[in-house]
Amino acid sequence: MNVHRTLATSARVLRQLRHDPRTLVLLMGLPCLLLWLIAWMFEGTRVLDQFGPLLLGVFPLIVMFLVTSVATLRERKSGTLERLMASPLGKVDFVLGYGLAFGLVATIQAVVVTTFSVGALGMDMPGPLWAIIMVAALVALVGTSLGLVASAFASTEFQAVQFMPAIIFPQLIVCGLVMPREQMPAALEAISRAMPLTYGVQAMKDLSMSGDPGQIWSEVAVLVAFIVGAIVLGSLTLRRRTA
Amino acid sequence: MAPTPLRDPSPGSIIPHMGNLSQGRHTAEHSSAIVARGLVVRRGKNEVLHGLDLDVPSGQLVGLLGPSGSGKSTLMRAIVGVQLVESGTIAVLGTPAGDPSLRHRVGYVTQAPSVYADLTVEENLKYFASVLGTDGDAVARAIEAVDLTRYAKTRVSRLSGGETSRVSLAVALVGEPEVLVLDEPTVGLDPVLRRDLWALFARLAADARTVLVSSHVMDEATRCDRLLLLRNGDLLADVTLPELFERTGADDADQAFLTLVERTEVAR
Repeated sequence: MNVHRTLATSARVLRQLRHDPRTLVLLMGLPCLLLWLIAWMFEGTRVLDQFGPLLLGVFPLIVMFLVTSVATLRERKSGTLERLMASPLGKVDFVLGYGLAFGLVATIQAVVVTTFSVGALGMDMPGPLWAIIMVAALVALVGTSLGLVASAFASTEFQAVQFMPAIIFPQLIVCGLVMPREQMPAALEAISRAMPLTYGVQAMKDLSMSGDPGQIWSEVAVLVAFIVGAIVLGSLTLRRRTA
Repeated sequence: MAPTPLRDPSPGSIIPHMGNLSQGRHTAEHSSAIVARGLVVRRGKNEVLHGLDLDVPSGQLVGLLGPSGSGKSTLMRAIVGVQLVESGTIAVLGTPAGDPSLRHRVGYVTQAPSVYADLTVEENLKYFASVLGTDGDAVARAIEAVDLTRYAKTRVSRLSGGETSRVSLAVALVGEPEVLVLDEPTVGLDPVLRRDLWALFARLAADARTVLVSSHVMDEATRCDRLLLLRNGDLLADVTLPELFERTGADDADQAFLTLVERTEVAR
């Protein structure tokens, strides 16, 4: 691992995003629009206060998974990955470079969306802002690292997009967003424990119930473990030599 | 039975390559930048290279010529160490191909331009320069070398196909590698640009760099110090152009290649 090369890769990925303002607007604006729709639909109820924070934990996973798997697939298809694999760039440098760049984008997304929800929509969120942003950024890193892994198994853009329902939807269903996990059949509840999104949503739930961020550390630890595991797995899917 | 490559300068004679092997090994230590022995590469179900023996002298501009599908790209991938090799050996600068120490010393341009279309020319080069750990001047020099200085701040997606492949070439130049492996860098370019690029390759070779350029256009043979003719994964000849003409009695590269193909088919 080489810090200089990792940061150069992050800077390059961010530069690519900067040249693509429409994607940036969609990244920042779309979650705000969706939360505004919920706020509007359930005006006068507590639905936004209950579900808003959970969605703050869900958006980064979906968005970063898609962005990363498409971006990495593009690198594989365009030959730039082959070129990098013939260069001194380490595999971990490549994966971490992407992770840092998209982690930063996700952090900005979390700041924008949280500020909008609390400020403009009046969402009631007792937990501190920094804790919300941290959880959102961690979930985004889970999405980025899973996207890196998924892109290794996709040889076309069509396949890459199909991995979204395959890898993300099961997590959405059992994470506690649709039904509280305590009410699920025992088998499903057990499955939900193996999914990273469950811990992101649980942390957001905790932060929406109490202002004390102290109780989310165990979830944060699990998220970090998932990220490390997926980054290692993502690095293993990169091959210097191919058939 | 593999066709025997032509190595002996005496006209009309075909020397079995086994006879040349021991001699090749001795000189390889000093004068060869790339040495392959018995190289077998399989891609999918097909064996692409069938026990190839190859010596690329250092500090020369060497053309790797052959029709599409002859194994040129596969051989180049093996040289830069991104190709899984079935058997045999391949060494670059005396080190097994793909060794981490070679990643600074070997530049590689793939057939399709492999650069980031959504970045400017300069941003592309700056990124690859920082991966290679080279200084800022190298970026400007590489852009200058491919004559793209006026497009330095232009996004690659706005450039023409020929300009894009020159960006890809500039990326390979930015690390100032000792060995350059260029896969069809002049395909689809206009005659003026092709001439300029071949002049650039000649300058690089004159600067003691080894430049291996592949092409399926036989006429480009005239611009190389030395030629490797590849067909169906076998080396037909390893000669200079005058030697090739002398040996085949042809007066253009296309005809010479055809003559060689016919001879090896008769030999079978």
